[in-house]
Amino acid sequence: MISARDWSWTWAGRSTPAVAHLDLEIATGERVLLLGGSGVGKSTVLAGLTGVLGGSDEGTETGNLLVGGSHPTRMRGRVGLVMQDPDSQVVLARVGDDIAFGAENMGMDPARIWPRVHECLKAVGLDVEVDRPTSRLSGGQKQRMAIAAALVMQDAGGPQVLCLDEPTANLDPAGIAEVRDAIVSMLSTRPDTTLIVVEHQVEVWADLMDRVIVLGPDGVIADGPVTDVLTQMRDELLEAGVWVPGVEPPAKHRMHPAPGEPVLWAEHLETGYQAGAPVSHDLDIAIPRAVSTVITGPNAVGKSTLALTLAGLLKPLAGSVIVADGLRPDGNYREWLPRRMRRGFTAANPHTWASRDLLTRIGTVFQHPGHQFVERRVRDELAVGLVALGWRRAQIDTRVGELLETLHLSALAEANPFTLSGGEQRRLSVGTVLATSPSVIFLDEPTFGQDRNTWADLVALISEILDEGRTIVSVTHDAAFCEVLGDNTLCLEPR
Amino acid sequence: MNPLGPSALDRLNPVTRLGIAVFISIPVMITLDWVSALTLFVAQMLIYLACGVPARRLLARLAPLGVIAPIGAISMALYGRPEGRVWFHYFLITVTDNSLHLAIAVLARIFTLGTAAIVLIGGTDLTRMADGLAQIIHLPDRFVLGTLAGVRMIGLFVDDWRTMGLARRARGIADTGRLRTFATMAFALLVFAIRRGMVLATAMEARGFGSGIQRTWARPSRLGRADIVGWVVTVMVCIGSVWAAVAADTFLFIGAR
Repeated sequence: MISARDWSWTWAGRSTPAVAHLDLEIATGERVLLLGGSGVGKSTVLAGLTGVLGGSDEGTETGNLLVGGSHPTRMRGRVGLVMQDPDSQVVLARVGDDIAFGAENMGMDPARIWPRVHECLKAVGLDVEVDRPTSRLSGGQKQRMAIAAALVMQDAGGPQVLCLDEPTANLDPAGIAEVRDAIVSMLSTRPDTTLIVVEHQVEVWADLMDRVIVLGPDGVIADGPVTDVLTQMRDELLEAGVWVPGVEPPAKHRMHPAPGEPVLWAEHLETGYQAGAPVSHDLDIAIPRAVSTVITGPNAVGKSTLALTLAGLLKPLAGSVIVADGLRPDGNYREWLPRRMRRGFTAANPHTWASRDLLTRIGTVFQHPGHQFVERRVRDELAVGLVALGWRRAQIDTRVGELLETLHLSALAEANPFTLSGGEQRRLSVGTVLATSPSVIFLDEPTFGQDRNTWADLVALISEILDEGRTIVSVTHDAAFCEVLGDNTLCLEPR
Repeated sequence: MNPLGPSALDRLNPVTRLGIAVFISIPVMITLDWVSALTLFVAQMLIYLACGVPARRLLARLAPLGVIAPIGAISMALYGRPEGRVWFHYFLITVTDNSLHLAIAVLARIFTLGTAAIVLIGGTDLTRMADGLAQIIHLPDRFVLGTLAGVRMIGLFVDDWRTMGLARRARGIADTGRLRTFATMAFALLVFAIRRGMVLATAMEARGFGSGIQRTWARPSRLGRADIVGWVVTVMVCIGSVWAAVAADTFLFIGAR
């Protein structure tokens, strides 16, 4: 079905190829897990198979990559692609229309499209009406829909290829299970579908797969049955950041200290973005000092909103957030602030503090690092908070130097934050908060979509912060993370 | 979907609705008198109510016009070209017969155009509109569907913007320098927009968009009897409004004086 002969792809303007000397054969109906470190071109291979790499102005192709004996660009509709970000792949506003989109593009007779849409919804087990707005689907449901949208293009019958590029990286455990179920359900009705999956979380897919192919910078470095490859290549895969099943998470076990006095707490707290649309009600919560608290719970229960409210960023809709005595700002320099910042100031309520007051007291690391970047260079990014605090240039330089060292970002000090890899961006976003040494640090889904190496870096970094006597509060779905850092667990329940 | 609730207007093809809204603006734009625009406005309201648009919701949706229109009208009344009897004069302000006529004319125009836009265009479903633009007017698929998919992303950008605002506060730079904060957010939003746009383009391409195959449409968009009725009524009302102005001897063609 698929054959690559010394295939290479070089993006325009790059000197080294994204994929080099790829040689492989995949038979119809095979289920292949494609592994490898970051930057070996796994996504490029999938894009190549789907025929969406673009023409000669996008890059240069050498060798052969064939699907069913033809160049992939001539096999549109036979190869489906589902990518990582559930939100960016939705094309239309309603579920049925979105799934029908591919069938329309293939020139399918309109009379046959709607029966096909229903068939595909059923094939992936997505049980929603066709006119459901796509904006009202969960992440897992969106990915199910994306799979259905890939299946719809194919005329009933014949074999096809489905490529999944880290389809569960942005999902919580329920969403991951949902995507897996969709694939299991799809394979039961179309057993001859050739499946190619790129994923760091091997455990999710291992038992569904026939074969593992490991890519290196210079082509295939291992190829064979799942258990064989995972055993033989264990060390290389761990090195590459792959979560090999059965291997302990890469973190030292911490003693969980007993939670002590609260550093901040909430009374009858109602949180949400809009009055009239609260996401959680009547919460009474305390965050103990100098330990790690994890906030868990099902999707859409308001975990992130709670964290942002406790961190003094969102205004409580009702009830109050109260900060312990030692952490309250004195408000000395307040007369220089604009009047709107002075009005309503209450030392115990972090939402009334000036933005600057937060810096040394409560820090927040957002889910997407990009949301908090404001500078053009990594070095300046780390200095932002220190400049706001009015530090002297020399002091700032010393502090930034230390941080770059701790975060292993020294070599990238002059780079633009947006050009860093996912793991580097994550470390930098933690670093920007660390810079001003806040006593309490909130982290929103810090390990989402991280490979094993970046996960290990992050957990180690957080452990160090805890050892300095700071308080950490993380919103997370990650069981391994809770295992290591769950000194205190708050589980939010739906009402 | 439709904030005005269901009505007989839903039987019009979205392209017809767009076309009618544009067509109504022709007599409004080429004339300057108050009778034609007021006639058009009254006729429109009667027709919408007859089509089953609930009066209460219609008024609620038109309420913003009640704020915008007087701003234009008052300046016209105070500074419009003086002619006829002078009612009031102070420094640059001269309220005359003519300036009052112009004020009413402006008021009626804003209401006429605003109502048409809110009821006819505001109530349509964007997907159906795109279907119509591509199938009936034959605008290029790439343009229509690319725009449609892009518009759907605006919601994501709104969320991005809100989160970035909170992040600026968390980073200690929200107290002062709002302009600078705005600039960093605008830059970051651009980066997000480009990334999202590239993923979306790849997803669309992977689903066969732009593959050169003649595309079909799962939701056929056709013009029917309702559309003919809609157009006949529209043309009649437009001619009627101009005729009313001529009959009332207030007709004033743009640039006539």
